[in-house]
Amino acid sequence: MLQILNESLIELHINGEIRKALARPSDTLLFFLRERLGLTGAKPGCENGDCGACTVLVDGWPVKSCLMLAAEAIGHEVTTIEGLDKVPIQQAFVDKFAFQCGYCTPGFIMNCQGLINIHPDASDEVIHEWLQSNICRCTSYQEIMEAIRSVLPSQ
Amino acid sequence: MEFQSIGNDVIRKDAWEKVTGRALYNADISSPGLLHGVLVTSTCAHGNIKSIHLQGARMMAGVKAILTGDSYPDLTGSVLEDRPPLAKGKVRYYGEPVALVIARSEFEACAAAARIKIEYEKLPTVNSPREAIKSESPLVHDQLGSYKKVIPEVYPVQNTNICHQIKIRKGDINKGWNEAEVIVEGSFSLPSSDHIAMEPHNAKAEILPDGQIIVDTSSQSPFAVRKLISQHFKVDLGKVVVRVPLVGGGYGGKASTNLEYLAVMASKAVGGQPVLIKNSREQDIASAPGKLALEATVKLGARKDGKLVAGEYTFLVGTGAYADTGPRMTSAMAMSCTGPYRLENVWCDAYCIYTNHTFATSFRGFGHSSMTFAVERMMDKLAAALHMNPLELRRINAIQSGDTTPTQVRLTPSILGYLPGCIEKIQKLINWEEGNRIDMGNNRIKAKGIACFWKTSSSPTDAFAAAIVSFNSDGSANLQVGAVEIGPSTRTTLAQILAERLRMDIDRIYVQMEVDTRTSPHDWKTVASMSTFLVGRAVLTAANDAIGQLINLGAMALKCSPEDLDFQHERVYLKENPEFYVEYKDIVHGFKYPNGNTVGRQIIGRGSYIMPHLTAMDQETGKGQPGPFLTPGVQAVEVELNTADYTYRIIKAATVLDAGKVINPKSAKGLVMGAMGMGLGLGSREAFLWSADQELQNTSLRTYKVIRIGEQPEYLVDWVETPNVNGPYGSRGLAEHGIIGIHAALVNALSLAAGVELDQVPVTPELIWKKLREAQNDSL
Repeated sequence: MLQILNESLIELHINGEIRKALARPSDTLLFFLRERLGLTGAKPGCENGDCGACTVLVDGWPVKSCLMLAAEAIGHEVTTIEGLDKVPIQQAFVDKFAFQCGYCTPGFIMNCQGLINIHPDASDEVIHEWLQSNICRCTSYQEIMEAIRSVLPSQ
Repeated sequence: MEFQSIGNDVIRKDAWEKVTGRALYNADISSPGLLHGVLVTSTCAHGNIKSIHLQGARMMAGVKAILTGDSYPDLTGSVLEDRPPLAKGKVRYYGEPVALVIARSEFEACAAAARIKIEYEKLPTVNSPREAIKSESPLVHDQLGSYKKVIPEVYPVQNTNICHQIKIRKGDINKGWNEAEVIVEGSFSLPSSDHIAMEPHNAKAEILPDGQIIVDTSSQSPFAVRKLISQHFKVDLGKVVVRVPLVGGGYGGKASTNLEYLAVMASKAVGGQPVLIKNSREQDIASAPGKLALEATVKLGARKDGKLVAGEYTFLVGTGAYADTGPRMTSAMAMSCTGPYRLENVWCDAYCIYTNHTFATSFRGFGHSSMTFAVERMMDKLAAALHMNPLELRRINAIQSGDTTPTQVRLTPSILGYLPGCIEKIQKLINWEEGNRIDMGNNRIKAKGIACFWKTSSSPTDAFAAAIVSFNSDGSANLQVGAVEIGPSTRTTLAQILAERLRMDIDRIYVQMEVDTRTSPHDWKTVASMSTFLVGRAVLTAANDAIGQLINLGAMALKCSPEDLDFQHERVYLKENPEFYVEYKDIVHGFKYPNGNTVGRQIIGRGSYIMPHLTAMDQETGKGQPGPFLTPGVQAVEVELNTADYTYRIIKAATVLDAGKVINPKSAKGLVMGAMGMGLGLGSREAFLWSADQELQNTSLRTYKVIRIGEQPEYLVDWVETPNVNGPYGSRGLAEHGIIGIHAALVNALSLAAGVELDQVPVTPELIWKKLREAQNDSL
């Protein structure tokens, strides 16, 4: 069993690279990404799992990085928004004007990316179920729905 | 050549930054040696601070300093100076900052903050505006009379909870009541709530050895922050630098100066080292300012044909524990009190009132959404009393050019726009003719409601902006402005205006997203849906200035007179033969003749604009011109109510507004749809919930409910375009207007569907059930 009692050097697989940095046992993955690695694409919006702005992919599944400890991510494949290289959902967000202030956007895009990979056949109902974990306060969501629909092969 | 950029869905300049996570917001930017400040906030809504025990916290690892109310002498406020940055002697709302811990790291600051013990002696609380104006009510501020007024147009009433009052007196109200054949009256209440910008408020400050104060903040008003920091810390204005990167949502909530004071105090306490303070979501909801509350009474008189003849409005505006912009919003509500209807006899009393709740600041609509709820619910009640179609009642009373506003401004098509055109369009858009209440069977009722709105800027009479256009040696242009990119695509819209005027490709215009008060041209604030107008005008002037220089230098290069020249696509050319031309790239930094002689100079276009002819409202009558033009519009909502359990679904929400000229249709539509979404949230779920002791109960996004994906209706948006002759390419403001009437339209539809008068928000199934029960009991 993995035990981290004090601040220790940990090693995480992030965006295809091995990244090492100091972590305390209570550091969240969000804190580790932002403060230790400078990956500030994941945003703190509530640090309580309610808003989804900090969403990253862990082994392909969307996870709120404020609810996961950095230590829990050891041995897993973490993908952050910085790890996406102009994938179709990013282009779709641009084309459909699916953002305004942009603060929630990385979280939404990571959740969408997970959905596209895991449920390429998603219906609107499934899209809603997945994306209800994220809050956007600027757009009406209609634009975000258009964006994800435009890249899902099933739609 | 007309409208190459204007009217097109130009992709936002910040698009790729934002979809790749590369866009930087204030708290993303770290610096070596950055210290962290964490607030300790009040757990008591109204009380004297008996003691603050700091000993335990001081000894904690990493702690550098702890500040309390004694650390700073001044009171602050943008209208009335009534608020200490940290509570002094007493607390006035749950969540009020009481102490600030500065430590090496955020977690060390949090750990120390948790050790601070504060004892309060509880005082009786002031729970609502209506209670606050009773003579026996406790006072939230017993020193109100001694507070310094920052603007002359604020009128506090000593020894009361009223921090501002304003009147509208137009026409002869008694004559109006005598003419009235039908009179209706109603009372309405709307709770306070929160902006919930996804980026919580945060600010960082550093004091350099020579005394310069550098503030990095998530703000809509960098130049106002600079002025206030300079005043309150008694530092020359030029020594204060305020920088703002992209902002993660504002909606008015980041327009006032709050955390910036604390960050500067914190930096001062640690020898000028940089200190970052960022609110947790819970603090952002409870502690940072929110949206005002309103209790309103409206009385309308009309002739039998439906023509309005008298209107009386009483607005009790709950600004919470401190005034902030509450007084200015109160005046704004009064100036627009009638809604966009022709009314000769108007009587309005608006009061801005202290309570022991989170204080209010500007919020999308600047008070208009709450005020419009009362007015538009009343219009439906009047329609019912007259047995008229609610849309028809609005159509026949729609204000038109030649009429006057409540503040007695004579309207022209340019100032007003054309509301009847909006009404005509929405009628088709929402299929009004189908009937506004349809029984679908199976306990389902489909209903439609509408509401009209109007709004102007309520800006200071000298609101201004400026722009600088420079060129790169490849002929492309750079635009510098002081407006903050808080989300609405302001800077892309401004680039479109510049591209249009310079007759250049929009992709050849570069825009800096960040604001730095030392290098960006001075700007009033990024508020009031005014940036496209105010900064847009400055951009046009700057473009014209650059064009004049380009043509003059082109004349030297082409050896002719400037009158013989024209320009487009980065070329100055001979009108008689466009094949003779000089490219911008060869003149923007001076023109070099073949022999090496160089003439001219670097071309820099300067432009600025100040809103003309504005006057403050008169205290006794309201007379004055508070804004440069109006944006009118109409909104509609279709709902489906389940009469078995009173749950409902919002099926459609529509807005038609007079945009003057839509510069970027897709951006504009997105702004209006997003604002509708927020307004439907206010109508259906958003509200602060207070305990008996006025402690805020819903301080997380798990308990403070917002609309999530899948709950949104189908959104429909259309425009009328009556040119605003002063606006860039005829445009009017439109960023916030989508919120103003939408919850009134929603509740008009729900009242009709349920068959009961719903005069408050948010409307939950439980509220509908309760109101139906009350109505049944009343009739027994």
